[in-house]
Amino acid sequence: MVVGKSESFTATLQEAPLIEPGHSYASMTEKISDIVLTKPHPRSWAIVFLTGLSLLMLMLYAVLYLFIRGIGIWGINVPVGWGFAIINLVWWIGIGHAGTLISAILLLLHQDWRTSINRFAEAMTLFAVACAGLFPILHTGRPWLVYYLIPYPDTLGLWPQFRSPLVWDVFAISTYASVSLLFWYVGLLPDLATMRDRAKNRFARVIYGLFALGWRGSARHWHRHQVASLLLAGLATPLVVSVHTVVSWDFAMSIIPGWHATIFPPYFVAGAIYAGFAMVMTLVIPIRHWYGLQDFITIRHIENMAKITLATGLIVCYGYLMEAFMAWYSANPYEQFMMHNRQFGPYAPVYWTLIFCNGVVIQALWFKKVRTNVKILFGISLIVGVGMWLERYIIVVTSLHRDFLPSSWGMYAGTFWDYATFLGSIGLFLTLLMLFVRFVPMISGFELRELWWKLNRSAKDEASDKAAA
Amino acid sequence: MDSSSAIHGYVAEFEKAEQLVAATRRTRLAGYRVFDAYSPFPVHGLDEAMGHPRTILPWLVFLGGLAGGVGGYLLQYYPHVIDYPLNVGGRPLNSWPSFIPVTFEMTILGAALVAVFGMIILNGLPQHYHPIFNLERFERASQDRFFLCIETKDPKFNKTETREFLLELGASEVSECEE
Repeated sequence: MVVGKSESFTATLQEAPLIEPGHSYASMTEKISDIVLTKPHPRSWAIVFLTGLSLLMLMLYAVLYLFIRGIGIWGINVPVGWGFAIINLVWWIGIGHAGTLISAILLLLHQDWRTSINRFAEAMTLFAVACAGLFPILHTGRPWLVYYLIPYPDTLGLWPQFRSPLVWDVFAISTYASVSLLFWYVGLLPDLATMRDRAKNRFARVIYGLFALGWRGSARHWHRHQVASLLLAGLATPLVVSVHTVVSWDFAMSIIPGWHATIFPPYFVAGAIYAGFAMVMTLVIPIRHWYGLQDFITIRHIENMAKITLATGLIVCYGYLMEAFMAWYSANPYEQFMMHNRQFGPYAPVYWTLIFCNGVVIQALWFKKVRTNVKILFGISLIVGVGMWLERYIIVVTSLHRDFLPSSWGMYAGTFWDYATFLGSIGLFLTLLMLFVRFVPMISGFELRELWWKLNRSAKDEASDKAAA
Repeated sequence: MDSSSAIHGYVAEFEKAEQLVAATRRTRLAGYRVFDAYSPFPVHGLDEAMGHPRTILPWLVFLGGLAGGVGGYLLQYYPHVIDYPLNVGGRPLNSWPSFIPVTFEMTILGAALVAVFGMIILNGLPQHYHPIFNLERFERASQDRFFLCIETKDPKFNKTETREFLLELGASEVSECEE
């Protein structure tokens, strides 16, 4: 069993180590880069890759049909004009947030445990944002005209309406995607140099060499690299908060009951981090097992992630409570009806499933036994993913389907094409992720070496250092 | 190898990061000026030992952010106030509160672009050739070894003296690196 070894450590030590003992610079570097360079990939990798690729093909089919027939093939209708596309956009972009939190915010807070999971989580961010970005583009109905959203002096004399949250969204998401990619690449640069130096195959050497840009690890290089990383972390921190805030404004700036709420921005940001950490766990737990990375992604990392999931999950639950409370306290009949309809109307089963997933199941994370049992955690993180998708479903659908005028009420359900596109986006995500695991070192080698150095410096080293300085 | 112009410098190899920091400090104190230290991860204390000034990158990033922010605001001001003013219920054309989100995002984008490309360009990258890579053992500089190279360009460089000096620093190996 995977946990066996690590569990014995938690039993004997107060806290499990960040890197299991018995490693050196060479052994860590070898382990991380050999996954890409020499080791054969496990069968599970191939299974997930092929599953992802098949789902991606399903998406291409659904999108092709969409281009031929238009968005009428989806379940959206007149009261519910925002369906799966917006649900999926919010779900995916939220998942991405955990990666930035790990790479930027935890860097600023000097949380050493981020080191072995940040590369992976950032890659997850990139791919989640790629999936998220697809949906609004498809939802425009004429995706080939999507460049209309970008302000440029066109011959029609048209400009985007900058007072609309939908345009803010374009800027927020595209900035987020660009900054995430750059931040990821900066972190990757020294590791690409390691890959260049370790690759035996000439083709691999050339490719990694090109992307490494001639990095040679000189003191001057490292100095600017460190400064740039820290600045990027400082920039990405407010950015990540702004992105989901802007996404929540897509809802909160309207006057629809159930959307027009000041709690939306913090509630969305917490929900994003919550869903994102659950997704990191969903991915890291099997992958560390397949590639034997338990030495670097120890039970301590897993437990910390579970704790953050619990903390942000509780904030999300507070959001649910406040939504219900404010609907009652506002004394606004439309708000009150919306909440009653959400809890006891036609979508009540969805609402209560969501409360069960996000409100009840995560309470198990209070127990250390649960937080250190990877199998149970894997199950919980899947349930959280489902719960967060249902949350967006509830927010989008139940608010729209019965608003002010009973004469314009309606019902909504996704069609085959909605589900095909959604499953397809999961396929795109898995495909990209498996390619990442195959071609890029998934743990940041130089940061792990730096951490090892910090952890293994004896008091004598420190003292002689001080004396010399 | 009779003229020193054919070699790039002498390279000392160390096994521990602390040795590299100490050796770098002593190299500078010994009066050498054209040398560089190479490590597989950012070693704390190496900057001070090298004695080079802090990078100007933060200032460039500040300017990048400023340009992004001002540009982002003007990007909204121009269409809504100058090029295509649209009177909606008598609200002000320069409705600045609703221009803040895009201004903010553009500030971040400008600063981040400068941070990344500034770092790369100030580091002189991409660079297709550097003589230090002629040293076969240098491939371990990105893995588990620490190197210090005193270059022939250094006015104090002297074949025998520099080699002895590097050996004295506790290098596990000193080798000649070709230009």
